[in-house]
Amino acid sequence: MSAVAGEPMASARPDARGAGRLLFAATVLILVVWVLLPIWLLLVNALSSPAEVTSFPKRIWPSFDMGSLSFFYNFGGVGRALWNSVLVAGLTMILSIGVGAPAGYALSRFDFPGKETFRFLVLMTRAFPLPLLALPLAVMFIRTGLDDTVLGLALVHTTLALPFAVLITFSLFSGIPVELEEAAWTLGCTRAQAFGKVVLPLALPGIAASAVFAFTISWNEVFAAAVLTIENRTLTAFLLQNISTSPLHLRFAGGAALVVPALIFIFAVRKYLFAMWGIANR
Amino acid sequence: MRQKALPYLLLAPATLFLCVFFLYPFLLVAWESITRNGVVTLDNFRTMGGHWKFPLTFWNTLALAGVVVPVQLALALAMASIVSNMNRGRSAVLYIFAIPLGISDLAAGLIWLAIFEQSGFLNSWLSMLGVTERPIMFLGYQSTLSLFAAVAIAEIWRATAIMMVILVAGMGLIPKEYGEAAEVFGAGPWKRFTRVTLPLLRPSLQTALILRVILAFEVFAVVAALAGNNFPVLMGETYHWQFALRDRGVAAAFAMVILGISIAFTVMLLYLLRVPREARI
Repeated sequence: MSAVAGEPMASARPDARGAGRLLFAATVLILVVWVLLPIWLLLVNALSSPAEVTSFPKRIWPSFDMGSLSFFYNFGGVGRALWNSVLVAGLTMILSIGVGAPAGYALSRFDFPGKETFRFLVLMTRAFPLPLLALPLAVMFIRTGLDDTVLGLALVHTTLALPFAVLITFSLFSGIPVELEEAAWTLGCTRAQAFGKVVLPLALPGIAASAVFAFTISWNEVFAAAVLTIENRTLTAFLLQNISTSPLHLRFAGGAALVVPALIFIFAVRKYLFAMWGIANR
Repeated sequence: MRQKALPYLLLAPATLFLCVFFLYPFLLVAWESITRNGVVTLDNFRTMGGHWKFPLTFWNTLALAGVVVPVQLALALAMASIVSNMNRGRSAVLYIFAIPLGISDLAAGLIWLAIFEQSGFLNSWLSMLGVTERPIMFLGYQSTLSLFAAVAIAEIWRATAIMMVILVAGMGLIPKEYGEAAEVFGAGPWKRFTRVTLPLLRPSLQTALILRVILAFEVFAVVAALAGNNFPVLMGETYHWQFALRDRGVAAAFAMVILGISIAFTVMLLYLLRVPREARI
Protein backbone atom coordinates (compact mmCIF):
# COMPACT_ATOMS: atom_id res chain seq x y z
CA MET A 1 0.00 0.00 0.00
CA SER A 2 2.60 2.51 1.08
CA ALA A 3 4.94 1.29 -1.66
CA VAL A 4 2.33 2.08 -4.30
CA ALA A 5 1.72 5.50 -2.83
CA GLY A 6 5.45 6.12 -2.50
CA GLU A 7 6.51 5.26 -6.05
CA PRO A 8 5.13 8.23 -8.00
CA MET A 9 6.48 10.60 -5.38
CA ALA A 10 9.94 9.10 -5.69
CA SER A 11 10.02 9.62 -9.46
CA ALA A 12 8.58 13.13 -9.19
CA ARG A 13 11.02 14.39 -6.54
CA PRO A 14 14.10 12.21 -6.50
CA ASP A 15 16.22 14.96 -4.97
CA ALA A 16 13.91 15.62 -2.05
CA ARG A 17 13.71 11.90 -1.41
CA GLY A 18 17.48 11.50 -1.41
CA ALA A 19 17.95 14.52 0.83
CA GLY A 20 15.36 13.13 3.22
CA ARG A 21 17.21 9.82 3.38
CA LEU A 22 20.50 11.56 4.02
CA LEU A 23 18.95 13.61 6.81
CA PHE A 24 17.47 10.46 8.31
CA ALA A 25 20.81 8.65 8.21
CA ALA A 26 22.59 11.65 9.70
CA THR A 27 20.09 11.81 12.57
CA VAL A 28 20.57 8.11 13.29
CA LEU A 29 24.33 8.58 13.24
CA ILE A 30 24.20 11.55 15.62
CA LEU A 31 21.99 9.67 18.06
CA VAL A 32 24.23 6.60 17.95
CA VAL A 33 27.27 8.79 18.69
CA TRP A 34 25.34 10.52 21.50
CA VAL A 35 24.75 7.17 23.18
CA LEU A 36 28.10 5.51 22.54
CA LEU A 37 30.68 8.30 22.76
CA PRO A 38 30.28 9.01 26.53
CA ILE A 39 30.73 5.31 27.33
CA TRP A 40 33.83 5.23 25.14
CA LEU A 41 35.29 8.25 26.95
CA LEU A 42 34.85 6.57 30.33
CA LEU A 43 36.59 3.47 29.00
CA VAL A 44 39.42 5.64 27.63
CA ASN A 45 39.94 7.05 31.10
CA ALA A 46 39.80 3.62 32.71
CA LEU A 47 42.40 2.31 30.27
CA SER A 48 44.82 5.18 30.86
CA SER A 49 47.43 5.53 33.57
CA PRO A 50 46.49 7.56 36.69
CA ALA A 51 48.76 10.39 35.52
CA GLU A 52 47.06 10.55 32.13
CA VAL A 53 43.62 10.70 33.74
CA THR A 54 44.41 14.02 35.39
CA SER A 55 46.52 15.36 32.52
CA PHE A 56 45.28 18.02 30.16
CA PRO A 57 44.33 18.12 27.33
CA LYS A 58 43.05 14.61 26.84
CA ARG A 59 43.42 12.26 23.91
CA ILE A 60 40.47 10.32 22.60
CA TRP A 61 42.49 7.10 22.30
CA PRO A 62 43.53 5.16 25.43
CA SER A 63 47.16 4.23 26.06
CA PHE A 64 46.01 0.80 27.29
CA ASP A 65 47.90 1.35 30.49
CA MET A 66 46.51 -0.93 33.19
CA GLY A 67 47.65 1.40 35.98
CA SER A 68 44.18 2.73 36.86
CA LEU A 69 42.52 -0.65 36.69
CA SER A 70 45.14 -2.46 38.76
CA PHE A 71 45.09 0.37 41.31
CA PHE A 72 41.32 -0.03 41.49
CA TYR A 73 41.45 -3.79 41.78
CA ASN A 74 44.07 -3.71 44.53
CA PHE A 75 42.39 -0.88 46.44
CA GLY A 76 41.28 -2.07 49.88
CA GLY A 77 37.78 -3.52 49.81
CA VAL A 78 37.17 -3.47 46.06
CA GLY A 79 37.54 -7.20 45.52
CA ARG A 80 35.13 -7.90 48.34
CA ALA A 81 32.66 -5.28 47.11
CA LEU A 82 32.70 -6.85 43.65
CA TRP A 83 32.06 -10.27 45.14
CA ASN A 84 29.22 -8.88 47.30
CA SER A 85 27.63 -7.30 44.24
CA VAL A 86 27.70 -10.62 42.44
CA LEU A 87 26.25 -12.44 45.47
CA VAL A 88 23.43 -9.95 46.03
CA ALA A 89 22.55 -9.88 42.34
CA GLY A 90 22.64 -13.68 42.12
CA LEU A 91 20.35 -14.03 45.14
CA THR A 92 18.02 -11.36 43.77
CA MET A 93 17.83 -13.25 40.51
CA ILE A 94 16.96 -16.55 42.22
CA LEU A 95 14.45 -14.98 44.63
CA SER A 96 12.62 -12.84 42.09
CA ILE A 97 12.23 -15.67 39.56
CA GLY A 98 11.46 -18.25 42.25
CA VAL A 99 8.73 -16.09 43.75
CA GLY A 100 7.62 -14.27 40.59
CA ALA A 101 7.40 -17.08 38.03
CA PRO A 102 4.71 -19.10 39.89
CA ALA A 103 2.65 -15.93 40.20
CA GLY A 104 3.11 -15.20 36.49
CA TYR A 105 2.00 -18.74 35.67
CA ALA A 106 -1.08 -18.45 37.90
CA LEU A 107 -2.07 -15.15 36.27
CA SER A 108 -1.74 -16.61 32.78
CA ARG A 109 -3.59 -19.90 33.35
CA PHE A 110 -6.34 -19.30 35.90
CA ASP A 111 -9.31 -17.03 36.36
CA PHE A 112 -10.06 -16.56 40.00
CA PRO A 113 -11.44 -13.97 42.40
CA GLY A 114 -8.68 -11.69 43.61
CA LYS A 115 -6.72 -11.79 40.36
CA GLU A 116 -7.29 -8.11 39.64
CA THR A 117 -6.37 -7.16 43.21
CA PHE A 118 -3.06 -8.93 42.83
CA ARG A 119 -2.36 -7.27 39.50
CA PHE A 120 -3.17 -3.92 41.06
CA LEU A 121 -0.73 -4.62 43.90
CA VAL A 122 1.99 -5.41 41.36
CA LEU A 123 1.27 -2.34 39.23
CA MET A 124 1.11 -0.14 42.33
CA THR A 125 4.78 -0.85 43.06
CA ARG A 126 5.53 1.26 39.99
CA ALA A 127 3.94 4.41 41.36
CA PHE A 128 6.18 4.26 44.42
CA PRO A 129 9.80 5.29 44.79
CA LEU A 130 10.94 1.82 45.82
CA PRO A 131 14.52 2.56 46.96
CA LEU A 132 12.96 4.47 49.87
CA LEU A 133 11.93 1.09 51.26
CA ALA A 134 15.48 0.76 52.47
CA LEU A 135 14.85 3.33 55.24
CA PRO A 136 12.25 1.44 57.33
CA LEU A 137 13.75 -1.90 56.40
CA ALA A 138 17.07 -0.83 57.92
CA VAL A 139 15.36 -0.86 61.33
CA MET A 140 13.46 -4.05 60.65
CA PHE A 141 16.67 -5.78 59.61
CA ILE A 142 18.52 -4.75 62.75
CA ARG A 143 15.78 -6.39 64.80
CA THR A 144 15.91 -9.61 62.78
CA GLY A 145 19.68 -9.76 62.39
CA LEU A 146 19.51 -9.19 58.64
CA ASP A 147 21.26 -5.83 58.82
CA ASP A 148 24.38 -5.46 56.73
CA THR A 149 23.93 -8.90 55.17
CA VAL A 150 23.89 -9.97 51.55
CA LEU A 151 20.50 -11.62 52.05
CA GLY A 152 18.91 -8.51 53.54
CA LEU A 153 19.92 -6.36 50.59
CA ALA A 154 18.89 -9.08 48.14
CA LEU A 155 15.41 -9.07 49.69
CA VAL A 156 15.06 -5.33 49.01
CA HIS A 157 16.39 -5.72 45.49
CA THR A 158 13.92 -8.54 44.95
CA THR A 159 11.13 -6.09 45.74
CA LEU A 160 12.46 -3.95 42.89
CA ALA A 161 12.76 -6.88 40.47
CA LEU A 162 9.68 -8.88 41.46
CA PRO A 163 7.03 -6.81 39.62
CA PHE A 164 9.04 -7.19 36.41
CA ALA A 165 9.52 -10.90 36.98
CA VAL A 166 5.77 -11.38 37.50
CA LEU A 167 4.73 -9.37 34.45
CA ILE A 168 7.38 -10.84 32.15
CA THR A 169 6.70 -14.47 33.11
CA PHE A 170 2.96 -13.76 32.87
CA SER A 171 3.37 -12.77 29.24
CA LEU A 172 5.77 -15.64 28.53
CA PHE A 173 3.33 -18.24 29.81
CA SER A 174 0.45 -16.51 28.07
CA GLY A 175 2.34 -16.94 24.81
CA ILE A 176 2.43 -20.73 25.20
CA PRO A 177 -0.87 -22.27 24.06
CA VAL A 178 -2.90 -23.98 26.79
CA GLU A 179 -3.70 -26.69 24.25
CA LEU A 180 -0.14 -28.01 24.46
CA GLU A 181 -0.55 -28.52 28.19
CA GLU A 182 -3.98 -30.07 27.78
CA ALA A 183 -2.60 -32.51 25.20
CA ALA A 184 0.01 -33.62 27.74
CA TRP A 185 -2.70 -34.14 30.37
CA THR A 186 -4.76 -36.34 28.05
CA LEU A 187 -1.62 -38.38 27.37
CA GLY A 188 -1.38 -39.12 31.09
CA CYS A 189 0.82 -36.36 32.49
CA THR A 190 -0.03 -34.78 35.81
CA ARG A 191 -0.24 -31.01 35.95
CA ALA A 192 3.31 -30.79 37.32
CA GLN A 193 4.70 -33.22 34.73
CA ALA A 194 3.02 -31.34 31.91
CA PHE A 195 4.52 -28.12 33.18
CA GLY A 196 8.00 -29.60 33.50
CA LYS A 197 8.02 -31.41 30.17
CA VAL A 198 6.05 -29.10 27.91
CA VAL A 199 5.76 -25.55 29.26
CA LEU A 200 9.10 -25.09 30.97
CA PRO A 201 11.35 -25.96 28.00
CA LEU A 202 9.42 -23.48 25.87
CA ALA A 203 9.52 -20.73 28.47
CA LEU A 204 13.10 -21.26 29.60
CA PRO A 205 14.90 -18.78 27.31
CA GLY A 206 12.48 -16.03 28.30
CA ILE A 207 12.78 -16.91 31.99
CA ALA A 208 16.56 -16.77 31.64
CA ALA A 209 16.26 -13.33 30.07
CA SER A 210 14.11 -12.01 32.90
CA ALA A 211 16.59 -13.53 35.38
CA VAL A 212 19.39 -11.57 33.72
CA PHE A 213 17.19 -8.49 33.93
CA ALA A 214 16.71 -9.03 37.68
CA PHE A 215 20.47 -9.46 38.04
CA THR A 216 21.05 -6.15 36.25
CA ILE A 217 18.53 -4.29 38.42
CA SER A 218 20.34 -5.43 41.55
CA TRP A 219 23.83 -4.88 40.08
CA ASN A 220 22.97 -1.25 39.28
CA GLU A 221 21.06 -0.28 42.42
CA VAL A 222 22.74 2.41 44.52
CA PHE A 223 20.49 3.95 47.18
CA ALA A 224 19.24 0.87 49.04
CA ALA A 225 22.67 -0.71 48.82
CA ALA A 226 24.28 2.38 50.34
CA VAL A 227 21.70 2.61 53.15
CA LEU A 228 21.60 -1.06 54.08
CA THR A 229 25.25 -2.10 54.02
CA ILE A 230 28.19 -0.92 56.09
CA GLU A 231 30.79 -3.68 56.17
CA ASN A 232 29.43 -5.79 53.34
CA ARG A 233 29.29 -3.04 50.75
CA THR A 234 28.38 -3.79 47.16
CA LEU A 235 30.38 -2.16 44.38
CA THR A 236 27.87 0.68 43.89
CA ALA A 237 27.67 1.36 47.63
CA PHE A 238 31.46 1.23 47.90
CA LEU A 239 31.94 3.72 45.07
CA LEU A 240 29.28 6.05 46.43
CA GLN A 241 30.76 5.97 49.90
CA ASN A 242 34.18 6.97 48.61
CA ILE A 243 33.03 9.24 45.82
CA SER A 244 34.09 12.56 47.31
CA THR A 245 37.43 11.32 48.67
CA SER A 246 38.73 8.91 46.06
CA PRO A 247 41.06 10.00 43.24
CA LEU A 248 39.60 10.41 39.75
CA HIS A 249 41.26 7.34 38.27
CA LEU A 250 39.72 5.16 40.98
CA ARG A 251 36.27 6.55 40.21
CA PHE A 252 36.61 6.02 36.46
CA ALA A 253 37.98 2.49 36.84
CA GLY A 254 35.08 1.74 39.20
CA GLY A 255 32.61 3.20 36.71
CA ALA A 256 34.05 1.00 33.98
CA ALA A 257 33.76 -2.04 36.27
CA LEU A 258 30.05 -1.21 36.67
CA VAL A 259 29.40 -0.50 32.98
CA VAL A 260 31.10 -3.39 31.22
CA PRO A 261 29.05 -6.21 32.83
CA ALA A 262 25.89 -4.14 32.28
CA LEU A 263 26.70 -3.88 28.56
CA ILE A 264 27.06 -7.66 28.37
CA PHE A 265 23.78 -8.22 30.25
CA ILE A 266 21.83 -5.91 28.00
CA PHE A 267 23.36 -7.55 24.95
CA ALA A 268 22.35 -10.99 26.28
CA VAL A 269 18.70 -10.04 26.72
CA ARG A 270 18.38 -7.69 23.72
CA LYS A 271 15.87 -9.95 21.97
CA TYR A 272 13.54 -9.86 24.95
CA LEU A 273 13.96 -6.23 25.97
CA PHE A 274 11.11 -4.98 23.85
CA ALA A 275 8.79 -7.88 24.44
CA MET A 276 9.29 -7.26 28.17
CA TRP A 277 8.54 -3.58 28.13
CA GLY A 278 5.75 -3.97 25.61
CA ILE A 279 3.84 -6.12 28.02
CA ALA A 280 4.82 -4.20 31.06
CA ASN A 281 2.47 -1.61 29.55
CA ARG A 282 -0.69 -3.59 30.07
CA MET B 1 -10.97 -28.54 45.36
CA ARG B 2 -7.24 -28.69 44.63
CA GLN B 3 -7.78 -27.01 41.28
CA LYS B 4 -9.35 -24.04 43.04
CA ALA B 5 -6.58 -23.70 45.59
CA LEU B 6 -3.73 -23.96 43.08
CA PRO B 7 -3.70 -20.37 41.77
CA TYR B 8 -3.75 -19.03 45.32
CA LEU B 9 -0.90 -21.32 46.31
CA LEU B 10 1.11 -20.06 43.35
CA LEU B 11 0.37 -16.43 44.16
CA ALA B 12 0.95 -16.78 47.89
CA PRO B 13 4.75 -16.33 47.92
CA ALA B 14 4.66 -13.21 45.75
CA THR B 15 1.76 -11.68 47.68
CA LEU B 16 3.38 -12.40 51.01
CA PHE B 17 6.64 -10.96 49.75
CA LEU B 18 5.03 -7.74 48.54
CA CYS B 19 3.11 -7.35 51.80
CA VAL B 20 6.19 -7.81 53.97
CA PHE B 21 8.69 -5.91 51.85
CA PHE B 22 6.49 -3.35 50.08
CA LEU B 23 3.24 -2.47 51.90
CA TYR B 24 4.45 -2.89 55.46
CA PRO B 25 7.66 -0.83 55.07
CA PHE B 26 5.67 2.02 53.54
CA LEU B 27 3.33 2.07 56.51
CA LEU B 28 6.39 1.93 58.72
CA VAL B 29 8.11 4.87 57.05
CA ALA B 30 4.91 6.90 57.17
CA TRP B 31 4.60 6.15 60.87
CA GLU B 32 8.25 6.99 61.48
CA SER B 33 7.83 10.36 59.77
CA ILE B 34 5.04 11.46 62.12
CA THR B 35 6.50 10.17 65.39
CA ARG B 36 9.48 11.06 67.49
CA ASN B 37 10.44 8.69 70.33
CA GLY B 38 7.03 7.07 70.03
CA VAL B 39 5.04 10.30 70.33
CA VAL B 40 2.96 11.51 67.39
CA THR B 41 4.32 14.86 66.31
CA LEU B 42 5.09 16.98 63.26
CA ASP B 43 8.59 17.75 64.55
CA ASN B 44 10.28 15.77 61.80
CA PHE B 45 8.56 17.80 59.12
CA ARG B 46 9.30 21.02 61.00
CA THR B 47 12.98 20.14 61.27
CA MET B 48 13.05 19.26 57.59
CA GLY B 49 11.14 22.32 56.39
CA GLY B 50 12.98 24.67 58.72
CA HIS B 51 16.40 23.70 57.42
CA TRP B 52 17.83 26.38 55.14
CA LYS B 53 18.65 23.81 52.50
CA PHE B 54 15.12 22.42 52.16
CA PRO B 55 13.55 24.89 49.70
CA LEU B 56 16.67 24.69 47.52
CA THR B 57 16.59 20.88 47.63
CA PHE B 58 12.90 20.72 46.83
CA TRP B 59 13.01 23.15 43.91
CA ASN B 60 16.24 21.64 42.56
CA THR B 61 14.53 18.27 42.32
CA LEU B 62 11.37 19.67 40.72
CA ALA B 63 13.27 21.91 38.29
CA LEU B 64 15.50 19.04 37.24
CA ALA B 65 12.48 16.83 36.56
CA GLY B 66 10.77 19.75 34.79
CA VAL B 67 13.69 20.20 32.40
CA VAL B 68 14.70 16.57 31.96
CA VAL B 69 11.37 14.83 31.42
CA PRO B 70 10.04 16.97 28.51
CA VAL B 71 13.39 16.77 26.68
CA GLN B 72 13.43 13.03 27.22
CA LEU B 73 9.88 12.70 25.96
CA ALA B 74 10.75 14.51 22.72
CA LEU B 75 14.01 12.60 22.29
CA ALA B 76 12.38 9.25 23.07
CA LEU B 77 9.59 9.95 20.57
CA ALA B 78 12.16 10.86 17.92
CA MET B 79 14.21 7.73 18.61
CA ALA B 80 11.14 5.49 18.64
CA SER B 81 9.86 6.97 15.34
CA ILE B 82 13.26 6.49 13.74
CA VAL B 83 13.48 2.89 14.85
CA SER B 84 9.90 2.19 13.75
CA ASN B 85 10.66 3.57 10.26
CA MET B 86 13.86 1.61 9.78
CA ASN B 87 14.28 -1.54 7.76
CA ARG B 88 17.99 -2.25 7.48
CA GLY B 89 20.02 -2.20 10.67
CA ARG B 90 16.93 -1.80 12.84
CA SER B 91 17.93 -4.28 15.52
CA ALA B 92 21.47 -2.93 15.81
CA VAL B 93 20.29 0.66 16.21
CA LEU B 94 17.60 -0.44 18.65
CA TYR B 95 20.20 -2.23 20.77
CA ILE B 96 22.50 0.80 20.78
CA PHE B 97 19.65 3.14 21.73
CA ALA B 98 18.69 0.77 24.57
CA ILE B 99 22.20 0.49 26.07
CA PRO B 100 21.79 3.22 28.75
CA LEU B 101 18.83 1.21 30.08
CA GLY B 102 21.30 -1.23 31.59
CA ILE B 103 23.67 1.34 33.01
CA SER B 104 23.59 2.22 36.68
CA ASP B 105 22.81 5.84 37.56
CA LEU B 106 26.08 5.94 39.46
CA ALA B 107 28.00 4.75 36.39
CA ALA B 108 26.15 7.30 34.26
CA GLY B 109 27.24 10.03 36.65
CA LEU B 110 30.85 8.85 36.42
CA ILE B 111 30.62 8.68 32.61
CA TRP B 112 29.64 12.34 32.44
CA LEU B 113 32.17 13.24 35.12
CA ALA B 114 34.84 12.08 32.65
CA ILE B 115 33.47 14.69 30.24
CA PHE B 116 32.66 17.61 32.52
CA GLU B 117 35.44 17.55 35.13
CA GLN B 118 38.07 20.23 34.97
CA SER B 119 40.65 18.15 33.10
CA GLY B 120 37.87 16.31 31.28
CA PHE B 121 37.09 15.78 27.63
CA LEU B 122 34.85 18.81 27.13
CA ASN B 123 37.56 21.16 28.37
CA SER B 124 40.13 19.32 26.24
CA TRP B 125 38.04 19.81 23.10
CA LEU B 126 37.24 23.42 23.89
CA SER B 127 40.91 24.27 24.30
CA MET B 128 41.89 22.28 21.19
CA LEU B 129 39.35 24.26 19.19
CA GLY B 130 40.78 27.41 20.70
CA VAL B 131 37.49 28.46 22.28
CA THR B 132 38.88 28.70 25.78
CA GLU B 133 42.34 29.39 27.09
CA ARG B 134 42.04 27.80 30.50
CA PRO B 135 39.93 24.81 31.56
CA ILE B 136 36.54 25.89 32.91
CA MET B 137 35.23 24.57 36.20
CA PHE B 138 31.84 23.27 35.11
CA LEU B 139 31.14 21.43 38.35
CA GLY B 140 32.19 24.00 40.93
CA TYR B 141 29.71 25.12 43.56
CA GLN B 142 29.63 28.71 42.24
CA SER B 143 28.63 27.68 38.73
CA THR B 144 25.07 26.64 39.51
CA LEU B 145 23.93 26.86 35.91
CA SER B 146 26.59 24.59 34.41
CA LEU B 147 26.19 22.21 37.35
CA PHE B 148 22.47 22.00 36.68
CA ALA B 149 23.10 21.55 32.95
CA ALA B 150 25.65 18.78 33.55
CA VAL B 151 23.28 16.85 35.83
CA ALA B 152 20.39 17.37 33.40
CA ILE B 153 22.43 16.16 30.40
CA ALA B 154 23.61 13.08 32.27
CA GLU B 155 20.02 12.30 33.30
CA ILE B 156 18.76 12.80 29.75
CA TRP B 157 21.50 10.55 28.41
CA ARG B 158 20.84 7.82 30.97
CA ALA B 159 17.09 7.55 31.20
CA THR B 160 15.74 8.32 27.73
CA ALA B 161 16.20 4.67 26.77
CA ILE B 162 13.53 3.45 29.19
CA MET B 163 10.92 5.73 27.60
CA MET B 164 12.11 4.89 24.10
CA VAL B 165 11.70 1.17 24.68
CA ILE B 166 8.16 1.57 26.02
CA LEU B 167 7.23 3.83 23.10
CA VAL B 168 8.73 1.45 20.49
CA ALA B 169 6.68 -1.36 22.00
CA GLY B 170 3.59 0.90 21.94
CA MET B 171 4.14 1.94 18.31
CA GLY B 172 4.35 -1.73 17.39
CA LEU B 173 0.80 -2.18 18.67
CA ILE B 174 -0.70 0.50 16.41
CA PRO B 175 -2.21 -1.13 13.29
CA LYS B 176 -0.35 -0.04 10.14
CA GLU B 177 -3.66 0.50 8.31
CA TYR B 178 -4.42 3.65 10.31
CA GLY B 179 -1.33 5.44 9.08
CA GLU B 180 -1.83 4.15 5.55
CA ALA B 181 -5.43 5.35 5.52
CA ALA B 182 -4.27 8.80 6.59
CA GLU B 183 -1.63 8.74 3.84
CA VAL B 184 -4.27 7.93 1.23
CA PHE B 185 -6.19 11.01 2.35
CA GLY B 186 -3.08 13.11 1.84
CA ALA B 187 -1.63 13.41 5.33
CA GLY B 188 2.11 14.07 5.36
CA PRO B 189 4.53 12.39 7.79
CA TRP B 190 4.19 15.13 10.43
CA LYS B 191 0.42 15.13 10.27
CA ARG B 192 0.32 11.34 10.49
CA PHE B 193 2.58 11.51 13.54
CA THR B 194 0.53 14.13 15.39
CA ARG B 195 -2.95 12.99 14.32
CA VAL B 196 -2.59 9.19 14.19
CA THR B 197 0.47 7.97 16.08
CA LEU B 198 0.40 10.29 19.10
CA PRO B 199 -3.27 9.83 20.03
CA LEU B 200 -3.03 6.05 19.64
CA LEU B 201 0.19 6.04 21.63
CA ARG B 202 -1.50 7.52 24.67
CA PRO B 203 -1.45 4.43 26.91
CA SER B 204 2.27 3.95 26.28
CA LEU B 205 2.92 7.65 26.78
CA GLN B 206 1.14 7.43 30.10
CA THR B 207 3.18 4.44 31.29
CA ALA B 208 6.43 5.95 30.09
CA LEU B 209 5.77 9.33 31.68
CA ILE B 210 4.67 7.93 35.05
CA LEU B 211 7.68 5.66 35.24
CA ARG B 212 10.03 8.41 34.18
CA VAL B 213 8.64 11.16 36.42
CA ILE B 214 8.90 8.93 39.48
CA LEU B 215 12.46 8.01 38.57
CA ALA B 216 13.22 11.71 38.08
CA PHE B 217 12.14 12.48 41.66
CA GLU B 218 14.42 9.66 42.82
CA VAL B 219 17.48 11.18 41.17
CA PHE B 220 20.41 10.48 43.44
CA ALA B 221 23.60 8.81 42.26
CA VAL B 222 24.02 10.89 39.09
CA VAL B 223 24.00 13.99 41.28
CA ALA B 224 26.29 12.40 43.86
CA ALA B 225 28.84 11.52 41.18
CA LEU B 226 28.75 14.85 39.33
CA ALA B 227 28.01 17.48 41.95
CA GLY B 228 28.60 15.92 45.36
CA ASN B 229 26.95 18.20 47.90
CA ASN B 230 26.93 21.22 45.63
CA PHE B 231 23.56 20.38 44.14
CA PRO B 232 21.23 19.08 46.87
CA VAL B 233 18.28 16.92 45.77
CA LEU B 234 15.58 15.21 47.86
CA MET B 235 16.93 11.68 47.66
CA GLY B 236 20.45 12.84 48.45
CA GLU B 237 19.22 14.72 51.53
CA THR B 238 17.27 11.63 52.61
CA TYR B 239 20.49 9.64 52.45
CA HIS B 240 22.38 12.38 54.26
CA TRP B 241 19.88 12.55 57.16
CA GLN B 242 19.64 8.78 57.44
CA PHE B 243 23.32 8.02 57.18
CA ALA B 244 25.45 10.99 58.16
CA LEU B 245 23.13 12.70 60.66
CA ARG B 246 21.56 9.43 61.86
CA ASP B 247 18.13 11.03 62.17
CA ARG B 248 15.67 8.48 60.84
CA GLY B 249 12.64 10.62 61.60
CA VAL B 250 13.71 13.48 59.33
CA ALA B 251 14.88 11.01 56.67
CA ALA B 252 11.40 9.49 56.82
CA ALA B 253 9.87 12.96 56.45
CA PHE B 254 11.96 13.47 53.29
CA ALA B 255 10.79 10.08 52.06
CA MET B 256 7.16 11.16 52.56
CA VAL B 257 7.80 14.31 50.50
CA ILE B 258 9.23 12.22 47.63
CA LEU B 259 6.34 9.79 47.96
CA GLY B 260 3.84 12.65 48.05
CA ILE B 261 5.04 14.36 44.87
CA SER B 262 5.38 10.96 43.13
CA ILE B 263 1.78 10.05 43.89
CA ALA B 264 0.52 13.54 43.01
CA PHE B 265 2.19 13.41 39.60
CA THR B 266 1.08 9.83 38.96
CA VAL B 267 -2.54 10.75 39.63
CA MET B 268 -2.20 13.86 37.46
CA LEU B 269 -0.76 11.89 34.54
CA LEU B 270 -3.39 9.18 34.92
CA TYR B 271 -6.02 11.89 34.62
CA LEU B 272 -4.42 13.97 31.85
CA LEU B 273 -3.61 11.02 29.61
CA ARG B 274 -6.64 8.88 30.43
CA VAL B 275 -7.89 6.69 27.62
CA PRO B 276 -11.68 6.34 27.31
CA ARG B 277 -12.69 2.69 27.40
CA GLU B 278 -14.28 2.83 23.95
CA ALA B 279 -11.13 4.30 22.39
CA ARG B 280 -8.84 1.44 23.39
CA ILE B 281 -7.31 -0.73 20.70
